[in-house]
Amino acid sequence: MNFIEKIYSIFQIHGSAFLQATVTTVELTVVSLLIAVVIGLVFAFFKVSNLIILQKIADIYIFLIRGTPLIVQIMFLYYGISTVLVLNSFMAGAVALGIHSGAYIAEIFRGAIQSIDRGQMEAARSLGMPYSLSMRRIILPQAFRRAIPPLGNQFIIGLKDSSLVAYIAATELFSQALSVQAENYMPFETYFVVGLYYLVLVLIFTVIVHKVESRLSGNKVKRRGHVDQSKKLVQNV
Amino acid sequence: MLIKVRNLCKTFDGIQVLKNISLEINKSEVVVLIGASGSGKSTLLRCLSFLELKDGGEIEINGELIEQKKTDINKVREKVGMVFQHFNLFPHMNVLENVIESPIHVKKIKKHDATEMAMNLLKKVGLEDKAHEYPDRLSGGQKQRVAIARALAMEPNVMLFDEPTSALDPELVGEVLQTMKELACEGMTMIVVTHEMGFAREVADRVVMLADGQVVEEENPKVFFTQPKHERTRRFLKQVL
Repeated sequence: MNFIEKIYSIFQIHGSAFLQATVTTVELTVVSLLIAVVIGLVFAFFKVSNLIILQKIADIYIFLIRGTPLIVQIMFLYYGISTVLVLNSFMAGAVALGIHSGAYIAEIFRGAIQSIDRGQMEAARSLGMPYSLSMRRIILPQAFRRAIPPLGNQFIIGLKDSSLVAYIAATELFSQALSVQAENYMPFETYFVVGLYYLVLVLIFTVIVHKVESRLSGNKVKRRGHVDQSKKLVQNV
Repeated sequence: MLIKVRNLCKTFDGIQVLKNISLEINKSEVVVLIGASGSGKSTLLRCLSFLELKDGGEIEINGELIEQKKTDINKVREKVGMVFQHFNLFPHMNVLENVIESPIHVKKIKKHDATEMAMNLLKKVGLEDKAHEYPDRLSGGQKQRVAIARALAMEPNVMLFDEPTSALDPELVGEVLQTMKELACEGMTMIVVTHEMGFAREVADRVVMLADGQVVEEENPKVFFTQPKHERTRRFLKQVL
C-alpha cells in the first residue's frame, strides 16, 4: 500500500468515527468558548474597574492561567473537581478549556475597552448617562468591534487546544486518532488525516470570523440597510 | 443665579490647578473664559460638568448645592450640556442616533418624539440632510454642530463649551461660532472656553481671565478689551490679539 492508498483506507474504515469525533470537537470548542467569553468579559470588567480588590483577583487569575500549561490545568480540574462534583470528561474538558481561554479573552477585552478614547465615556456621562449605560451603549459596542480580530485568533487557538482533552478520555478528534493509530499501526498516515480535519475546521472558523468582522466593521451594504431603517423612522414622524 | 462657584479648588498630582475660584453665572448670560494654557480654564469647566471632582469649595446649580456623595450627579449632568474640543461623537451611530441616544435611554422619551425633536435640532444647526450619515463622513465643523445638537437634545439649562473650535480647520471655525451665536441670542446660558477673541468681544456678556488657577479679572468685553486693569491681562491680550 502506498501513502495515498493508506490514507484512503483510513477514510474508508474510520471516516464516520472521525466525523463523529469532529462533531464532539466542535461542540467542545463552542461550549468552552461560550464559557470563555463570559469569564473573559467578567474579568475584563474587573481589570478596568476602580476597585483594587477586583483588579487583583483578575491579575491572580490571569497569572495562574498564563503561568501553567493547559494540560496541567485540564488534569488538575478533571481530578480536582471530581472530588466534589461529578463531571463527565466532556464537561470537565469544556470547563477547563473555557477557564484557560477566558484568561486570554479577558486581556483581549480589557485591551479593547481601554483602547476606546476617553472622550467617548466623557461625552456619554456628560449627557447624563450612568456608567453602566455608557458602557453598554457606547463603549462595549466599539470595543467589541476592535476585539473581533484577536478574538477570532483566540477561537482558533481554542479549537486546536481542544485536542488536549483527549488525555481525559473525551472522544474528540485527537483521541480518535490516538485509538485509530493503535489499531491500524499507521501512526504517520493517521495523524496526517487528523491534521486535515483540523485544517478544514480552522478554515471554516476563519471564514466565519472574517464574515463577522466585515459585518461589524460597518461595510457599505450594512450601512445602507441601516440608513433605510432610520429614514423610515423620520418619514413616520 | 444659575451657577454659583465658591472657593473651588482642584489638585492634580500635587499641583494645584484651581485655587479658590469663585464665580457666579446668571441665567441667559454668556461668559467667556480666557487664559494661557495651563491656567485652569478647562479644568474649571470640567468641574462644572463633574468630569473632574473638586477637592474643595462649593458648586451650586439652580439653587441646589451639589454634594459629590449625596447628589445624583447623573441628574445634574442632564441639565449641564457639554461640548468638547474633539467633538466625541459616537462613531458607531449615525448623526440622528447620536442625538436621540440620551433622550431615549436616559429621559425615556419615545423614539418617535425624540426623532422629531432631533430633526428640529439638526435643522437648527443646518444639518438635517446629514441625519443618516455616520460621523466619519462629516467635516470637523459639521461634527461639532452635531455635538451641539446632541447636547441640546437633553434640554440643558446651561451649555459648557471646552475650546469648541480649537480642533477645526480655520475655514470651519465660522460655522460653529455662528451656531453658538444663535444659541446665545435665544437666551441660552453659556460658559465658553475659547481663544476666539472676536467671539468674546461680540457675543460675551462677561469675559473672565484666568491665570495660575485664579480669576485675575472679570469685566464686560468692551472694558476688558479696551482698558484691561491687570498686568497679566494686558500681557495675555498682547500675545493673542
